[in-house]
Amino acid sequence: MIEYIPFIAVVTMIFIGLYAVLFRRNLIKIVIGISIIESGVNLFLITLGYREGGVAPIFTSLPPGTTYPAGMVLPVPQALTLTSIVIGVAVLALMLSLVMHIYRKYGTLDVRKIRRLKE
Amino acid sequence: MEKRTIVAVLVFAIVAVFFFFSIFLIHPFGKPGQVNMDDHIIANTQNETGTNNGVTSVVFDYRGFDTLGEATILFSAVAGVLMIFRRVKQ
Amino acid sequence: MSGMSKIVKTSVNILFPLTMIFGLYVIAHGHLTPGGGFQGGAIVASGCAMIVVAYGSKWVFKQIKEKRLSSFESIGGVGFITVALLGLVFSSVFFGNFLAGSNLLFGTTPATGSTGADFNTGGVLPLMNFAVGVKVIAGLFVIVLVMAYASSVKEWDT
Repeated sequence: MIEYIPFIAVVTMIFIGLYAVLFRRNLIKIVIGISIIESGVNLFLITLGYREGGVAPIFTSLPPGTTYPAGMVLPVPQALTLTSIVIGVAVLALMLSLVMHIYRKYGTLDVRKIRRLKE
Repeated sequence: MEKRTIVAVLVFAIVAVFFFFSIFLIHPFGKPGQVNMDDHIIANTQNETGTNNGVTSVVFDYRGFDTLGEATILFSAVAGVLMIFRRVKQ
Repeated sequence: MSGMSKIVKTSVNILFPLTMIFGLYVIAHGHLTPGGGFQGGAIVASGCAMIVVAYGSKWVFKQIKEKRLSSFESIGGVGFITVALLGLVFSSVFFGNFLAGSNLLFGTTPATGSTGADFNTGGVLPLMNFAVGVKVIAGLFVIVLVMAYASSVKEWDT
């Protein structure tokens, strides 16, 4: 059970974000929920790539006594997480711009009131 | 209860069941299963790319196409933000 | 949002060069230490966002136009693709690392195992780090600047 705690943390984060997306009515809170889901996915990728007792895969002045195929964490999930974080920032900026535009046009952020087309 | 809430509760419950059963199907934390590709990258990154940093060699050399797509996404996001706010100026 | 008080402006004047130096260090040493183009670009863009917070977006808009920042971002992207295409020319693979092990610029191959930090290694990776750094700096800063300016303007021309 103890070795599954990081995955449980990932699932909890994804559930918190999913709750905010599905049950909240404010657009800003929905954007926050999407951001939390994305953090959970990043944590999941990092968790998949961890090797027990491993150091970062960087050879500049390693700690002494490191065996290096087996004593380092996997580099590919870290690189994909790096890509994912920058994509997350870009998507977050685009979502917040659209929310600002919606607020200027409709005067509200409630998703129930902006469903109908205006003019 | 309105229809949207019922659908939301259903989706939430289905995803919850799916996730909580799939936790215990993954390999345990700290013991990854298939590591051949990563071991090859760790062992050969200094000879093949001349770099000490394994993560940078993966980002820019072994998986450069991912970085190209990511740069495209950043570019299109900036273009989208500028397009949304283009009438605001002055 | 107009500028903030004199204390904030003075603190930002002191902190901004240190932030720039740290971010440029992270970009330049991306192939030796943790970091790289994305992280260093995010650090420098945070420093520029600090300027926007302290001095107000109207003042920053008078200093630099967003078209210039946008063209900087395009320069970064074009440089990245140009280095990738040079790999297609010189080593017949797209994204090929044609400088590694050639004893030219950044061409030294480090010894296997734990080594010291030799700056002259890495092949095309430092060039790509620099291009992506320029791209990320300009992209994030233009996003922050345009959103801050748009939220400070009272009336939009919708």
